[in-house]
Amino acid sequence: MADTGALNRAGVAAGTIPRELSGPRGARPRRIVSRGNIILYGTLFVMAVYYLLPLYVMVVTSLKGMPEVRLGNIFSPPMEITFEPWVKAWATACTGLNCEGLSRGFWNSVRITVPSVILSIAIASINGYALANWRFKGANLFFTILIIGAFIPYQVMLYPIVILLREMGLYGSLTGLVLVHTVFGMPILTLLFRNYFSSIPEELFKAARVDGAGFWGIYFKIMLPMSLPIFVVAMIIQITGIWNDFLFGVVYTKPDLYPMTVQLNNIVNSVQGVKEYNVNMAATIITGLVPLIVYFASGKLFVRGIAAGAVKG
Amino acid sequence: MTQQSRPNQLFRNLHAKIAAIPMIFTAVVVFAGGTLWTIFYSFTDSGLLPRLKFVGLAQYERLWSTPRWLISIENLFIYGLGMLVFSLVVGFILAALLDQKIRFENTFRTIFLYPFALSFIVTGLVWQWILNPEFGIQNVVRQMGWESFAFDPLYNPDIVIYGILIAALWQSTGLIMCLMLAGLRGIDEDIWKAARIDGIPMWKTYLLIIVPMMKPVFITALVIIATGIVRVYDLVVAQTSGGPGIASEVPAKYVYDMMFSSQNLGQGFAASTMMLLSVLIVVIPWAYLEFGGKKRHG
Amino acid sequence: MNTLKAVLAASTMLSVVTTASAVDLEVTHWWTSGGEAAAVAEFAKAFDATGNKWVDGAIAGGGNTARPVMISRITGGDPMGATQFNHGQQAAELVEAGFMRDLTDLAEQEGWRDAIEPSSLLDSCTLDGKIYCVPVNIHSWEWLWLSNKAFEDAGVPVPTNWDEFVAAAPALEKAGKIPLAVGSQSWQIHGVFRVLLISLAGPEIYQKVYGEKDAEVAAGPEIAKIFKAADDARKMAARSNVQDWNQATNLVITDKAGGQIIGDWAQGDFQVAGEVAGEDYTCLPGLGVGKALETGGDAFYFPSVDDPEISSAQDELARVMLDPEVQVAFNLKKGSVPVRGDIDQSAANDCMKKGLAILEGGGAVPSQEQLMSPDIINQINDLMTEFFSTPSMTPEDAQQRFAGIIGSAS
Repeated sequence: MADTGALNRAGVAAGTIPRELSGPRGARPRRIVSRGNIILYGTLFVMAVYYLLPLYVMVVTSLKGMPEVRLGNIFSPPMEITFEPWVKAWATACTGLNCEGLSRGFWNSVRITVPSVILSIAIASINGYALANWRFKGANLFFTILIIGAFIPYQVMLYPIVILLREMGLYGSLTGLVLVHTVFGMPILTLLFRNYFSSIPEELFKAARVDGAGFWGIYFKIMLPMSLPIFVVAMIIQITGIWNDFLFGVVYTKPDLYPMTVQLNNIVNSVQGVKEYNVNMAATIITGLVPLIVYFASGKLFVRGIAAGAVKG
Repeated sequence: MTQQSRPNQLFRNLHAKIAAIPMIFTAVVVFAGGTLWTIFYSFTDSGLLPRLKFVGLAQYERLWSTPRWLISIENLFIYGLGMLVFSLVVGFILAALLDQKIRFENTFRTIFLYPFALSFIVTGLVWQWILNPEFGIQNVVRQMGWESFAFDPLYNPDIVIYGILIAALWQSTGLIMCLMLAGLRGIDEDIWKAARIDGIPMWKTYLLIIVPMMKPVFITALVIIATGIVRVYDLVVAQTSGGPGIASEVPAKYVYDMMFSSQNLGQGFAASTMMLLSVLIVVIPWAYLEFGGKKRHG
Repeated sequence: MNTLKAVLAASTMLSVVTTASAVDLEVTHWWTSGGEAAAVAEFAKAFDATGNKWVDGAIAGGGNTARPVMISRITGGDPMGATQFNHGQQAAELVEAGFMRDLTDLAEQEGWRDAIEPSSLLDSCTLDGKIYCVPVNIHSWEWLWLSNKAFEDAGVPVPTNWDEFVAAAPALEKAGKIPLAVGSQSWQIHGVFRVLLISLAGPEIYQKVYGEKDAEVAAGPEIAKIFKAADDARKMAARSNVQDWNQATNLVITDKAGGQIIGDWAQGDFQVAGEVAGEDYTCLPGLGVGKALETGGDAFYFPSVDDPEISSAQDELARVMLDPEVQVAFNLKKGSVPVRGDIDQSAANDCMKKGLAILEGGGAVPSQEQLMSPDIINQINDLMTEFFSTPSMTPEDAQQRFAGIIGSAS
């Protein structure tokens, strides 16, 4: 069984026997096996097992048929691999009468996520920049209210926002939903950018001012290029949050705009009737793929962020 | 506020003010407005719909005499403390490990981060399975021969909240790690060089030089973790539904259940007002020190 | 054009309307699992046949997820054409606030008063003498589902009533079975208690406590007996480590548990698993002794709109939902009992026939949703959950708190 094997290996790696790790390490050109490295990679490996175990369970379950799932050993690999749960989750799972699976809401999710992510990050980054480098009177008061706002459970704000959107004439529209996402993303993102920008050495800012650059000039020419890692983090937060959002999508829009999480919720969250765990797991992995792809892609940006950091050093 | 900005302050700060309009609107209209609205209606007996029939403090009296609410508060403390400590510590350690110019950094980072892409509902479901004594870890260990092995946190009222903590940490430490990593990458290479030349051991460099330098990142992480703590809801619903019994109830769930299941908005609003109040007690002094006091930069 | 449509709709039930003038009517509901969706499809098919179009607005996750959406839509000024609620007190405030259409005229025209059985179903759609909703099905809670194989393994005969079941519990335990499977969600645990109450103490006591909110009866000896029985039940369920009702049902299906107390919707799961009533499993309505079933169910409400075209389409839908043929088709798929007393029930299976016999014998009692506000129900839910999971909590303590909640509701 793969998991116990992994556990064993992890146990070995965490101990003092270097043999297990010396194989891959031998291929490394530069460094020699050291105790520090064993501890380093051992710890990473043990942690990786903890993080991967649930994924393993999910993948294995999603490849089993329902009779096998009912047998109950969640760790055992599938006796007969079937991709039917995946097909069903994507293409044929029903939400009420609409049997198009997750595919039905996919483009809606894209239509919701793209403008919401762009708008919320744009506003929050400029906002954070203004707060970090161009403070004006009263800014801290608003900012404090904003941060406190981040602690309000979403559910409490449901009705007031319904009223607000109704009065603005935006209830049920895509614009309304994008604004809601922007508003709820704002506290954390603003804080993120504010704190990041204020950790950038002030000398840079001062030098730019001496050169005559203004508010927008400094933002675009100095701050933006230096902030790739934090933009990546902001994107990770927003894309994940908005892509996985169910509550706002379903409360503030109409059925023709429902995101794919409405289908996911249906597949995963049915209260009555048979729970198809294999389809649940497949649907979850499929829904998570978009953020996952962003995570992978963000690796490159992270590296570039380091390069940007190196320039200043 | 920087000294240099004084001469042309009016004109330049105009830009900053324009840039801050969305924030001001959000803070004043949505958050402050919505909060006042909530507090206002917590003194009514609103049921399914808000209505203006005032009942004084009756909702609060009921709230504080409900065993479920008291358990929720207690759980939030344990969960919150666990989340804060472990998220920060584990997140930072992972980031520091990844920052050692290791091989496969990208792979490891993605492994630690991917759970963040999955919704809480599914996180709860998977961990419910793994922690289930019948077919999860306990079963596997027993099959390997350790017959008396017992590990069933989700079915033991005394420790169920830790079972939820395990899943919550799994889901969210990746993001904290990423944040810390971004912070570490923002640290000047020269500082490391200087520390090495001075012969300061690595752990000391981290603890005494790097961590203080990363204070802003830690604050961001702290707020992200703290908001997640206060809002924890889906995970509990998916993992235990508040059980066994009412042993793993949390305040946000109480609020939600009151508002939409019991159709007692007044009670739900009273509970959320209490949540907000406790947040205010913690956040306002801190916010005053952090943002309100003397100017600081960097 | 509008008037023409209205006349057409009012005069003929299956009016032939060209697609150009068809009305798209959005219907929101939380029926999303296999059987439920198939049942909804029957409504949609019948409604589409009238020339209108059913736009499906299914929201999964049960009422607690779907209701905020529905209420937001209605209060946000963008109401759907029709929406599901459990009838009773759930939608009362929306009705009072004038968000829902008065269906009284239609009801009289169609003779719902005479057709709908039990009449309490229509009563709970009625406010100040006006009818605001259409009940569409009956679900009952009072069922004990037993695994025949589990008892065979334990070497005891399959019980025929609650007392025998309790007596068989030690044998089941010895054979490594969980005597009673109970999902740990609070509504299920409260359900078990209510079933014990209605079946063992009888419908009169139930009416006194749940209907009239008589705190004295709730604190009295009859209810004390029920708490004793609930004490038995919690001991029998001590090792039941599942949450969802269908996971608990699965324990019975796989013979790991002796039985489960849950509503008639569990039947669908037994069927899906290929189990046969009588051979593989046994159903005991009223725990084998009671002669009463709760008759709860679902109902549809129609938000008020200004557009007369939509209004007439709403009438059309209401009519379709109570059409005898549609009722049979819908309820067969849903696994529930039709709300009309005047239709053929021969398609029902053995277990359901037992249930129907009880209903025909006058054993219908209103469901808790019809008698109590969701707030009170949830408080009892929490209490029962606490009682079941806290072995140190005595039945006496629990009863005292129970009586307190009942008293606060009156």
